[in-house]
Amino acid sequence: MSTSNAAVLMHAPTTREPAKPGRTRRRGSFGGGNPVVYAIALVVVALTLGPVLYGVLGGFRTNAQIAQDPSGLPSPWVLDNYVGVLTGPSFWQYALNSTVIAVLTTAITVVFGVMAAYPLARYQFKGRETLFMVFVVGLLFPATVAIVPLFILITQNLQLGNTWMGVALPQAAFALPVTVVILRPFLAAIPKELEEAAQLDGTSRIGFFWRILLPLSGPGMVTVGVLAFVGSWNAYLLPLLLLQSDMKTLPLGVADFSSEHAADTAGVFAFTTLAMIPALVFFLAMQRRIVGGLSGAVKG
Amino acid sequence: MTAPAMGGRGRVTSAWRKRLEILFFVTPALALFGLFVVWPIITAVQLSVYRWKGFGPLVDFVGLRNYVTVLADDVFVNSIVHNLIIVGGSIAIQLPLGLAIALLLNRKMWGQGLLRTIIFVPYVLAEVIAGVVWFQLLQPEYGVIDGLLGAVGLRAPEQGWLGDPDLALWTVLVVLTWKYLGLAVILFLAGLQGVPDELYEAAQLDGASWWQVQRKITVPLLGPTMRTWAFLSMIGALQLFDMVWILTGGGPANSTTTMATYLINQGTRSQNFGIAGAASVILFVIALIMAVLYQQLILSRDTRSDVVTARRKKTKKVIR
Repeated sequence: MSTSNAAVLMHAPTTREPAKPGRTRRRGSFGGGNPVVYAIALVVVALTLGPVLYGVLGGFRTNAQIAQDPSGLPSPWVLDNYVGVLTGPSFWQYALNSTVIAVLTTAITVVFGVMAAYPLARYQFKGRETLFMVFVVGLLFPATVAIVPLFILITQNLQLGNTWMGVALPQAAFALPVTVVILRPFLAAIPKELEEAAQLDGTSRIGFFWRILLPLSGPGMVTVGVLAFVGSWNAYLLPLLLLQSDMKTLPLGVADFSSEHAADTAGVFAFTTLAMIPALVFFLAMQRRIVGGLSGAVKG
Repeated sequence: MTAPAMGGRGRVTSAWRKRLEILFFVTPALALFGLFVVWPIITAVQLSVYRWKGFGPLVDFVGLRNYVTVLADDVFVNSIVHNLIIVGGSIAIQLPLGLAIALLLNRKMWGQGLLRTIIFVPYVLAEVIAGVVWFQLLQPEYGVIDGLLGAVGLRAPEQGWLGDPDLALWTVLVVLTWKYLGLAVILFLAGLQGVPDELYEAAQLDGASWWQVQRKITVPLLGPTMRTWAFLSMIGALQLFDMVWILTGGGPANSTTTMATYLINQGTRSQNFGIAGAASVILFVIALIMAVLYQQLILSRDTRSDVVTARRKKTKKVIR
């Protein structure tokens, strides 16, 4: 999350351009199917996927197989590791915690973010730019800096230690700046004529927000929502400090499983692989949104 | 944007109504932000001037002594060095490598879409999950990497890649490269899509070679994207925690500590909240100085040079 924050910051004041028309495949002009290019591409693919595939296959082997020949294939294929993880209670509990916390974080971020971005984009009032700068400056604060007081605040003052909300609320708070900064130009770009027409029809500004602005800003909200979800799903530091035993999220569960069962390599691979799958499926389905959000932020 | 004048009485109520609306919309976000972002940061600064073990009131005011302690602590100073090595190493390795891969892939070829997706996979994995897998791969006895090296006749270090104080940080850097190279490639590819076709066609008509086109047209036009990517990379590397925590925990012999692992160790493990507060303030100041310097020295070029953007906008219009 924090990385995308910084990118947006640098280009905060510029309005974003509307999505480009679908990318065209037009780069054939300079030598297309060069075998050398394919060879290099294959090496890149192997290096990229190798560790992941090794983990997936490792889950189908026994520890004895791995010890005997680290680089071998499963022979015979063993399902025990995966079955063990899937029938144990902890994996499902962790997956549930991860999902609930990510959904809560995303919901709070998007709702509060779009609400704050609306007056910042479409109202004229004194102190508007100052208020906006509060969020822009917020992009500069990494959560790491505030982590120790945050831990004290949540566990001692708010008594929210080891709860879903105790993690979701601060995560949403740190996701707010990037959300507001992305959404504001998005909301500002909606034509004024629409607002005037709505006013002539007797719609109030709040009515305009509900009935016209929200439906029209759907794509922007999906982008910030995906970014918030990704950040929460992969988060480690805050959950590490705040969550114990049954409340752990998947990254915490994976890390603990790996240190508690350090000798059970095959089991670790099976657990890690299963923890990867939901994230991979969701993220690859949303890939264009994530890339769009990030590269849009970079290009300003 | 203000409502059209509604006549005498209406204007007063409408102004109040507007104020209430603004409050209604902005308050939830501001409250959340104030409570969970602003307040903890102020508290971190406050803690940094007290000796506090996590209970009782703040009474033991020590002035700047925590800062002196932290800056005199070799472990922390080395942590800063490690962070800077990661910052420099990430950019020095990923920039040329990412650029080379992006240039190679930026052509019509079979399976291009699939390739992009695959390259993005390490980036979408949680750092922790990637770290746990790599931790297993790098094990000295049964890890596959040592096995593969042995097969081609190379000897791996005896204590393992992560167990040797001279190698551990570089090993972490390699794993980070694997994890984040995909982001650089994807962003560069997105930047390359913005280079107008006309430029390529014109260069081709003039008889420029592929290599000349890349050097004279593509790379300069990709400048803003590369500079911004480097900024992201820098900010991320300064906050590095997850990967180090999983791979080495800061060891062996504190050879891979980062500022973030230091402040977590001091804060939540040793209950030295004052020391942790001072460390986080220093981390923030370093990040801020580097961000401002980078903005001033390098990024300011992009905002000043309107030529490229102007040209881009023109061609975009032409395309439409």
